[in-house]
Amino acid sequence: MTEYFLCFVLFIIGLYAVLRKRNIIKIIIGLGIMEYAVNLFFILIGYHRYGRAPILAKEQVISNMVDPLPQALVLTAIVIGLAVTALLVAIAIRLYEKYATFDITKIRELKG
Amino acid sequence: MILPLFVAIPLASAFLISLLGKFFRRMGDVFSSFSCLVLFLLSLNTQYSILNTKISIYKVGGWIPPLGICLVLDGLSSFMLVTVNLISLLVIIYSLSYMEKYTDKWKFYTLFMLMLSGMNGVIITGDLFNLFVFLEIASISSYALVAFGVEKEELEASFKYAIMGSVASSFILLGIALLYSYTSTLNMADISLVLASKQNRFLLNFILVLFLMGFGLKSALVPFHAWLPDAHPSAPASISAMLSGVLIKVLGIYALIRLIFNIIDISNILISLLIFLGALSMLVGVILALSQWDFKRLLAYHSISQIGYVILGIGLGTPLGILGGLFHLFNHSVFKSLLFLNSGAVVYELGTRNLQEMGGLRNKMPITANTNLIASMSIAGIPPFNGFFSKLIIILACIQAKHFGYAFCAIVASILTLASFMKVQKYAFFGKLNEKWQKIKEVPLAMCLSMLTLAFICILGGLLITPQFRGFLQSAVDVLLNGKNYANLVFQAVK
Repeated sequence: MTEYFLCFVLFIIGLYAVLRKRNIIKIIIGLGIMEYAVNLFFILIGYHRYGRAPILAKEQVISNMVDPLPQALVLTAIVIGLAVTALLVAIAIRLYEKYATFDITKIRELKG
Repeated sequence: MILPLFVAIPLASAFLISLLGKFFRRMGDVFSSFSCLVLFLLSLNTQYSILNTKISIYKVGGWIPPLGICLVLDGLSSFMLVTVNLISLLVIIYSLSYMEKYTDKWKFYTLFMLMLSGMNGVIITGDLFNLFVFLEIASISSYALVAFGVEKEELEASFKYAIMGSVASSFILLGIALLYSYTSTLNMADISLVLASKQNRFLLNFILVLFLMGFGLKSALVPFHAWLPDAHPSAPASISAMLSGVLIKVLGIYALIRLIFNIIDISNILISLLIFLGALSMLVGVILALSQWDFKRLLAYHSISQIGYVILGIGLGTPLGILGGLFHLFNHSVFKSLLFLNSGAVVYELGTRNLQEMGGLRNKMPITANTNLIASMSIAGIPPFNGFFSKLIIILACIQAKHFGYAFCAIVASILTLASFMKVQKYAFFGKLNEKWQKIKEVPLAMCLSMLTLAFICILGGLLITPQFRGFLQSAVDVLLNGKNYANLVFQAVK
């Protein structure tokens, strides 16, 4: 139970970083933390203690395997997270070129 | 089987355009408009095929559900496919001329087709994780499209939008993870079957709140709306039309209603919360829109308000309410894309979005002005345009369900919408022509063509509730009214 709880704490830390930090790069890192918390949660769902890697070979008894599906899902989720992070970093670089700052409170062209 | 083509065609054309578009200048134009046309015809064909078989399944890779991923076509998916592909075809025709002022047009087409394949994927998928993947394809390409101009405003808006969107995606993914751990399956129909035999209300409510937050952020319901008025106006006009017209509806509303009507039982408290948020969006959006002087920003606030109508109608859950909600969803995607395309036409000629600098454009740009008049009257709910009928149905449904307060809110929001669009008409199109704009002329043919087509649909849209054309909406309404029976239908079709 503790590990699930810690996983949620990690998620909340990421959310806090996204909501409260002023530096764009820190916000992006916070987003990464949130994604990793969710990925970790996925892996925890499929895990059990002393579980074996789910490989079906000859003369292997199928017993006590970890669930392979969440692992496949997490691979996909990691790739998606990579794409989002790469896009965000690219936008952050362009923002720095235009505004010469990483401070989100100084980037305020749009309002109303 | 035509179902996988809805994802495959735009994906393949995005791939080819990104590969070859740099070398052949017209290739992006030809390829994307051709594939959009094919997709639109195919989506009309799905309307025909659901007349005979109510639900049809495509098994990806031949794996039998619930083990494999399946694509599901039913009345609601078909309705959404027609809406999305109709708007995307007209927007692509508009972009042929409009996007000329940007460099690297082929990059625009690549991202556009990726977004389209993501949206089509969300609509037809029958697997929860697959839905998430398509949702992310559509979202990521829309973040990039908002930043397409790479100026100060666009980058800022895109950054905000991307952050909010990614947070929403994290919530959705967390919800999917919890649901998977609870039911041990990802197939939507199977989840619904498994849930029927389980009774953990607390966990289900937690999952539903996560989904409500995630999809609420994607569809810009009021407490989650802050990104929309920045992101939608900053994009190029054709993209604003796509984002406001269909993207928020597919990623937000369609996914949410599919989940809460067909898969997870929603508790009464949460559904009344959803209706309340809908009514709140309706009022807050329109009140914030009243004080705007930026043409596109005003339209973006109206998107929030009109999304509120859709949520209110569908959230009521009565047959009349769902009919009104879905009808308004279709109508809104038509007239809101038309309004954004009009604003794009004005920006194309004038280079400004400030309403105070315009005036008297009616004589110089008659087609833009008249189509805008039609769209404004549609969105304000003036008979006999399409917006009137859907709003009337929603208000009647509220009264029928004894929610008199919400009916009153809907009427007030409608009146305020009318006031706000009278301001647009007065400052932009009527009145005296500003000296600066003596040399402007009407926009090119392709842009006029798509605006005229959309205006035509606005005028005739009211016919969709007559008995002859009712089937288009009714088949979608039936899917939602069928509720949890969806799972049985899917598994019958698999056999």
